[in-house]
Amino acid sequence: MREKTKILDVEAMARSLMRIAHEILEHNRGSRDLAIVGIRSRGAHLAVRLAECIKKIDNKEIPVGILDITLYRDDLTLLTAQPVVHKTEINFDIHDKNIILVDDVLYTGRTIRCALSELIDFGRPQTIQLAVLIDRGHRELPIRADYVGKNIPTSQDEMVEVRMSEVDGKDEVVIMEKG
Amino acid sequence: MLWTKKDLLGLEYLSKEEIELILETAESFKEVTTREIKKVPALRGKTVVNLFYEPSTRTRISFEVAAKRLSADVINIAVETSSVRKGETLIDTGKNIQALKADILVVRHNCSGAPALLARSLAINVVNAGDGWHEHPTQALLDIFTLREKLGRIEGLRVVIVGDIAHSRVCRSNIWGLSKLGAKVTVCAPTMLIPPGIEEMGAANCCAVSCDIDEALKDADAVNVLRMQFERDELTAFPQQLEYFKNYGITEERLKRAKKNIIVMHPGPINRGIEIASEVADGANSVILEQVTNGIAVRMAVLFLVAQAQDKNAQ
Repeated sequence: MREKTKILDVEAMARSLMRIAHEILEHNRGSRDLAIVGIRSRGAHLAVRLAECIKKIDNKEIPVGILDITLYRDDLTLLTAQPVVHKTEINFDIHDKNIILVDDVLYTGRTIRCALSELIDFGRPQTIQLAVLIDRGHRELPIRADYVGKNIPTSQDEMVEVRMSEVDGKDEVVIMEKG
Repeated sequence: MLWTKKDLLGLEYLSKEEIELILETAESFKEVTTREIKKVPALRGKTVVNLFYEPSTRTRISFEVAAKRLSADVINIAVETSSVRKGETLIDTGKNIQALKADILVVRHNCSGAPALLARSLAINVVNAGDGWHEHPTQALLDIFTLREKLGRIEGLRVVIVGDIAHSRVCRSNIWGLSKLGAKVTVCAPTMLIPPGIEEMGAANCCAVSCDIDEALKDADAVNVLRMQFERDELTAFPQQLEYFKNYGITEERLKRAKKNIIVMHPGPINRGIEIASEVADGANSVILEQVTNGIAVRMAVLFLVAQAQDKNAQ
């Protein structure tokens, strides 16, 4: 795979997250009963950053959790690479909370389907809303995001790579193509 | 690190990295057992058969709970009520279970090597739940998991195993597992219960032998207390119960002379007043019931990993 185009740089990513934070607060009328849950691994880092953005605006700390969806995947038996099971860390009661579920790229929707099943095993939230940095289309399930950083039309041969300074050393989003 | 083994037969056959992978996977599964709904769909549609040729409460229930928390279906076969009594061989029983489309066979047998024989004869996963005097890998894994959780590491620890060393598969699995992860093991028992050559087991120079429990406990970070298997009538040279308690029983008095935070483990069932004093079993140093809880997470990890390896091999 080689890099085709860069779609977000460090500033654009920060602006997108800040805008999403504003939209979340607008839609939920403040940060009361809000909690953020990120999907491992990039979604978890995005969740922490979103919480920081919300704190800048509303001056309130909101709980952040991490979801590892490995055990809920519908393709466990089909994967060529063996998945590594990591920990889910949700150290607060999700009952009656408004949960912002966060992932880096929304594609087929299957990851989100797993995440919804897993979240509901922790209790009954008031709402679950979905925030993604990139929506690249090609859904295979009836799932849509409530908050989107950027919509990008892609072909199915391409890959969208979200890089974050916490794991990759820098913030950017690029489209990779075969070749 | 990839898990590629179809079966779990013993810790002797695993690398340090494979043991660590099981322990790390178990950590993730331990979190599942704290949820409101203590169940994940990872083994949905799989069938786990518990085939027990020896009585067991803890291990069988633990495997059953572990399989159910992974959403597998579980069938328990107690041999007393099965066709084995009509003369069916072990391999035939295994092949019938395989023909019934089970996916994982958990087996306990009084003969060492029975699970290995089944693993060779069958395509489905075989997990050893204790075979003769050979190994009881999931028990040792949960002992090691508990130690690691309490002390943060295994490397460099000094672990004393005291009790019926001669007949203990738990002891043998612990020697393999602990020594591979870099701990020093001292086995301690009256001379007649120490099999010759046991110090050669495990990684090089990791296993020592002692007949003096007070001496062995001096620098120990943990002591794993084994039950005296008085029901094994093949040995008539067993010490009297009271005599054993006096010389080897883990009492408060003995612990006072050991490290203050020494961890006391026991694979159960405990015989109070024979190998361990009641006050110690229920005391602050004891992690006996935590071991039972951790056993579920460890067995979930083992069932999950062998099932995954099977699916990979099928491709």
